[in-house]
Amino acid sequence: MSEEITPELFARLVELAALELTPEEAEYLRRELNRQLDAIHQLEATPIPEGTPITSHGVPYPRERRAPLRDDRWQPYPNRDALLAQAPETDPEGYVVVPDIPHETLE
Amino acid sequence: MTELWQLSALDIARLVRRGEVSAREVTQAVLDHIARVDGAPGRLLEPGQDPAAVHAAEPGVHAFITLTADRALAQADAVDAALARGEDPGPLAGVPFTVKDIFTVEGTPSTAGSRILANFVAPYTATAVARLEQAGAVMLGKVNLDEFTFGSSNESSAFQPSPRNPWDLNRVPGGSSGGSAAAVAAYEGALSVGTDTAGSIRQPAAFCGVVGLKPTYGRVSRYGLIAFASSMDTPGPLTRTAADAALALQIMAGADPHDATAVTLPVPDYLAELEKGVRGLRIGLSPDYFRITRVDPATGEWHTEEVRPEIRAAVEAVAQALADLGAEIVPDVPMPHTRDAIPAYFVISRVEAASNLHRYDGVKYGYRTPDPVADLREMYRKTRGQGFGLQPKLRILMGMYVSAAQYSERYYERALRVRTLIRRDFEAIFDPQGPYRLDALLAPPTPTPAFPVGAVYGDSVLMQYADQLTVAANHAGVPAIAIPAGFDGQGLPLAAQFFAPEFREDILLRLAHAFEQATADAAWRARRPGIVG
Repeated sequence: MSEEITPELFARLVELAALELTPEEAEYLRRELNRQLDAIHQLEATPIPEGTPITSHGVPYPRERRAPLRDDRWQPYPNRDALLAQAPETDPEGYVVVPDIPHETLE
Repeated sequence: MTELWQLSALDIARLVRRGEVSAREVTQAVLDHIARVDGAPGRLLEPGQDPAAVHAAEPGVHAFITLTADRALAQADAVDAALARGEDPGPLAGVPFTVKDIFTVEGTPSTAGSRILANFVAPYTATAVARLEQAGAVMLGKVNLDEFTFGSSNESSAFQPSPRNPWDLNRVPGGSSGGSAAAVAAYEGALSVGTDTAGSIRQPAAFCGVVGLKPTYGRVSRYGLIAFASSMDTPGPLTRTAADAALALQIMAGADPHDATAVTLPVPDYLAELEKGVRGLRIGLSPDYFRITRVDPATGEWHTEEVRPEIRAAVEAVAQALADLGAEIVPDVPMPHTRDAIPAYFVISRVEAASNLHRYDGVKYGYRTPDPVADLREMYRKTRGQGFGLQPKLRILMGMYVSAAQYSERYYERALRVRTLIRRDFEAIFDPQGPYRLDALLAPPTPTPAFPVGAVYGDSVLMQYADQLTVAANHAGVPAIAIPAGFDGQGLPLAAQFFAPEFREDILLRLAHAFEQATADAAWRARRPGIVG
């Protein structure tokens, strides 16, 4: 197994992904990432003819198959309170409450 | 005597519409049957609680996360009331169905099989589900799945015990639409709505001995589908017969103002198409679909493993049956990029998954950590760390790595170009001016029958290779179907798979229906899972 994802690189990815991991989780995830990368490197053995375009959707979308985009219009949801009730914390005015947002004061 | 819970969707709708049986009677019969066979529903277990022990204490199929019996009976009563008023209750009148818990259904918990959405109650209903309900179908509840659909066995769900295979409760039902396939196989509803991103409808359908149809990307709206890989996710039906799949697709398919990728092409009358037969259709067989080919990471050498002999034999028997009906079998069709489909999928699906999963942050809905936190960033980290299971975490991390600016060309862009080559394999065999001119490709959907619980889970590479024979259709966007094709020596279902050109689901359904009719009297067709009784 390769060590492409080193402990340092792994820690950076975890930070960017905003994930707090237990040591057992971290060990499993780093090992599986490296094993998957071994499988992914197989793609380098496949010749790609010069000029091969990328495919981002399997099926092409010519204009005649597409619905025109909707008007960009505001539509009120009929039950505002039910939506807000899904939020983990709200205040009496209906604002969603979150912990302090980290910030630094610029000189 | 045939019990009401055993009936197909087509038969139920016919009887209900004629007033020979009420929607409430059918719904109650299926609910009673579910109470007999499903055992403990999937739920978030307490720390230290063992899913195997819960299964042993309340054995069953465990298809459901949320059973909505009252809602179902109210819907059934509405169908009966419409009939009593002389109104048309719709083509699916009184047909009980289940929904993979990756779709939103207004007022129901819509969990994605994840702790992070365990308390989320959907404020709107997915288009595919809404259309079935508007057609008179009765939703029984939400069925289990791999967490966020990330798996091929259902074992990754945060809701345990995860579903079991009705044919052998010690084996997995496949995944990620494992609850859907298990429910349909165990007669817990005539149909289920699943999703297929790499094979998540077809592989569990194959493992559970039911019909699973992945439509063309864009044929069915994704509105209300909690997203995994947005360029590949495809909703579709799981049923016990091809005709029921035709009926369900007929209702689910079509343009939707809420999904710009749902195409405006007219929806054919799939039920009428079924009767056209298969005479003259050109059906290909490809050696590339009878083996798993990959590079051995230890040696760097290519390694090839044939599919199990009984799987090859089952597919060849399907080819023979279709040849007997007048189809033309075309051997030795090359599909050279089949072997690249999983490595490319490892990259593309992870990039899209990571992007889609960034929205779960504990702010507006879903799980938020109860732990004290210093600031917002710590809240994010703890919420996502506690809310996501291992498989979402693995996909987020891989997606971020292979799409990072400095690695993207090496990984993501290369994978998207290989995707073009995979698509060209299909274009070449279906080209009406090309050397093969196929109407469909016939292949096994899985390299093995259903594997035992615990046999693969944890090995994320081996689990992904369970989709090796299905995932190319998702890269290419083309439709494909898995159908029952007999049983192996251990009594496990065997299956066959057809691929067709884009938007030619009609051909898939004709082939599936013709094979079903041709084998209607075969002894294996009469088998039922033991738990069903």
